[in-house]
Amino acid sequence: MDVITIEGTEYKVVAERPKSLTDTPFTYCPGCNHGTTHKIIAEVIDELGIQHRCIGIASVGCSVFSYEFFDFDFISVPHGRALAVATGAKRMRPDSVLMTYQGDGDLAAIGTAETIHACNRGERVTCIFVNNAIYGMTGGQMAPTTLLGMKTTTSPLGRDAKRIGWPMKMSEMLAPLQGAAYIARVSMHDAKHILKAKAAIKKAFRAQLEDKGFSMVEVLSNCNVNWHMTPQEGVKFIEEQMTKNFPLGVYKDVWQEEAAKQTAKEEG
Amino acid sequence: MPMIEILDDACKGCLLCVPACPHELIHNTKAKLNKRGLYPVEYVDPDGKCTGCRLCAIVCPDAAIRVYKEVKKKSA
Repeated sequence: MDVITIEGTEYKVVAERPKSLTDTPFTYCPGCNHGTTHKIIAEVIDELGIQHRCIGIASVGCSVFSYEFFDFDFISVPHGRALAVATGAKRMRPDSVLMTYQGDGDLAAIGTAETIHACNRGERVTCIFVNNAIYGMTGGQMAPTTLLGMKTTTSPLGRDAKRIGWPMKMSEMLAPLQGAAYIARVSMHDAKHILKAKAAIKKAFRAQLEDKGFSMVEVLSNCNVNWHMTPQEGVKFIEEQMTKNFPLGVYKDVWQEEAAKQTAKEEG
Repeated sequence: MPMIEILDDACKGCLLCVPACPHELIHNTKAKLNKRGLYPVEYVDPDGKCTGCRLCAIVCPDAAIRVYKEVKKKSA
């Protein structure tokens, strides 16, 4: 812990920019939860002491800039193929820790096949899925995760279930697969949920370090610019609308299942 | 006494930290501009109410808040 002296009194720094982030200031829009997500991932990596082993995969979307901000190796990959490249990198370098950072356009639209098969193969990679229900970088088009009735540039009258279908629930979809070790959905709307998200991301990295299988954390994030809201209204929208459509919680926990199996065995 | 420091050039003035502070010590005064031409928030704490709870630092999307706590000296 760093200690500094101000006017004769010694102070320790209890919160600052994590060591796994570079000094480059984030280029995301003001109030965007991408920054918060980056920060908690970097804090988890600092706490686990795995910065020198980490390889990040930057997917296409706003998340493509993440290679500028994380202070470890990064690979920029074609649209949707983050988990395919992560599979290759992990198999060539089994000692490294693989992290993919993907948005909903990348993971749930163009990369659905890669995601489902990487999960089904039980690849030892950690996937951070940032779900903000819209295509942020390209200017606010409809995503597979857009809520019903939500107005976007390609659904100006609101998403209609009859024509376009329902919002895609990736966590619920991946949880029944046997390769999955830890699947959770967390939110970013207040300090309490951000701390819960940090705990979930730590567990996801632990699943990889302990060789349990595929782990994914779905982060409900805001996109206040394309939602045409202030940052405060954006986080309120997550709390009131997004969490209603995408229920928070742990969908798969391999440690819990193992403990349940153990008790069932003991009881005979 | 705990205190916080706002890194003016990293702050984008999104104001997410303003409602997060339980003692309302962070204000949107718009008194100065930073390097990027945005209004950073200001920390005003004349009575020393800050408890160092880190809530502002947790919600800050730009890691622009640093929190300091006094080092407790062991009594000799």
